Amino acid sequence: MTTDTARNIRVLIAKPGLDGHDRGAKVVARALRDAGMEVIYTGIRQTPQMIAEAALQEDVDVIGLSILSGAHLELFPRVVEELRTRGVDDVLLFCGGIIPQDDIPKVNAIGFKGVFGPGTNTNDIIEFVRNNAPQRV
Amino acid sequence: MDAPELIAGVRAGDRRALARSITHVEADTVIGRALLAGLYPHTGRATTIGVTGSAGVGKSTFVAALAREQRRRGRTVGIVAVDPSSPFSNGAILGDRIRMQDLTGDGGVFMRSMASRGNLGGLSEMATGVVDLMDAAGFDIVILETVGAGQDEVEVATATGTTVLVTTPAGGDEIQSMKAGLMEIAQVMVVNKADIAGADTAVMQLRALLAIASERTWEPPILKTTAREDKGLDEVSDAIDRHQAYLKGSEHAEQERRALAQSQIVALARGLVQRRALAFARAEGILGQLVDDVAARRLDPRAAADALVDAVQRNWSRSE
Repeated sequence: MTTDTARNIRVLIAKPGLDGHDRGAKVVARALRDAGMEVIYTGIRQTPQMIAEAALQEDVDVIGLSILSGAHLELFPRVVEELRTRGVDDVLLFCGGIIPQDDIPKVNAIGFKGVFGPGTNTNDIIEFVRNNAPQRV
Repeated sequence: MDAPELIAGVRAGDRRALARSITHVEADTVIGRALLAGLYPHTGRATTIGVTGSAGVGKSTFVAALAREQRRRGRTVGIVAVDPSSPFSNGAILGDRIRMQDLTGDGGVFMRSMASRGNLGGLSEMATGVVDLMDAAGFDIVILETVGAGQDEVEVATATGTTVLVTTPAGGDEIQSMKAGLMEIAQVMVVNKADIAGADTAVMQLRALLAIASERTWEPPILKTTAREDKGLDEVSDAIDRHQAYLKGSEHAEQERRALAQSQIVALARGLVQRRALAFARAEGILGQLVDDVAARRLDPRAAADALVDAVQRNWSRSE
């Protein structure tokens, strides 16, 4: 029999920069796990290099960043740049946390297809990931 | 990237090629099987170390500290960390990188998290293949950390040359309950969190258990570590080196290699047989029928299992 076994969606959940509030990240990580995904959680205070390197080594399909510090317009482009440097060019990016309404188009333009603020139903995130995760192997 | 490109990439030390290759092997794709076939002849150079122990003994912290010690010795390190999948959703939270953050920026380290995907024995079935990929990629040391599930981890010994069993001072009663199985597969024993009370007692308990274990040519050392503070890893690394030298120099070396090869083949074949048999029995409605019969108590489960295996056997001999 040569049928390939089904592959679980792999998601990296990380918190870039210097904020320690990881409740939101953990809630999302758990929701995605309960939806059958494999979630790599790297913890708080991640540099853009650490996030990109983890994404490369883990060969994730999706990266979700949680940020509440207000530094998203500083840090997100650097994450994307670090990913590009490593040739990681086929991952789905989304983010959550405190992203002001005016910044959402900018964050979208950087490459973050989904932006999920406080009060988001986790089912919406699950659906977004399922519908948009790239099919790799 | 196709299989030949990935094989060339892995052998050249391309990290992205290695990462994608692991994905293929883990998903057991056609490309993944071609990768294993192409790369296996280039394995056998790395020192492979299994690290196992119950949940909460500090395995991830220990592995990170061991990796740092190996880096101090100038060796490159590949790490495969297996965490349990949820039996309900098949999902998993893989958190080993939290304890290994400082290693992420080190170009001499490559770390991959894997979910156990419900495999019996705690060890992801494909983990041995991932260890082989890292070996072929040229890492000097490959560490396989397995899910903390107790006795089931005997299987880790089928994937690595030296197995390290990690316990804690608080695990006294637990050590008692281990006895056979884990004790027999570990070549290095570690009492981690040695800075809390009872470490010496735990060492004594392990020693007493080893004394009643079956006769052996390798005497497992019992060492104390405080991995959180990077303490004791020098001695652990020395012990691993001694065991590796013993393996290579031993008159039983060939025998050991054959035993390892056999257990790997059997473990993988068992998984394949099980999946193919169940897929056939489900598709043909045989399983459903037997379930009906057993649930209604017309048939006992043992007889139903016989009937299932007979049906599979008939089908397989027809398709020859």
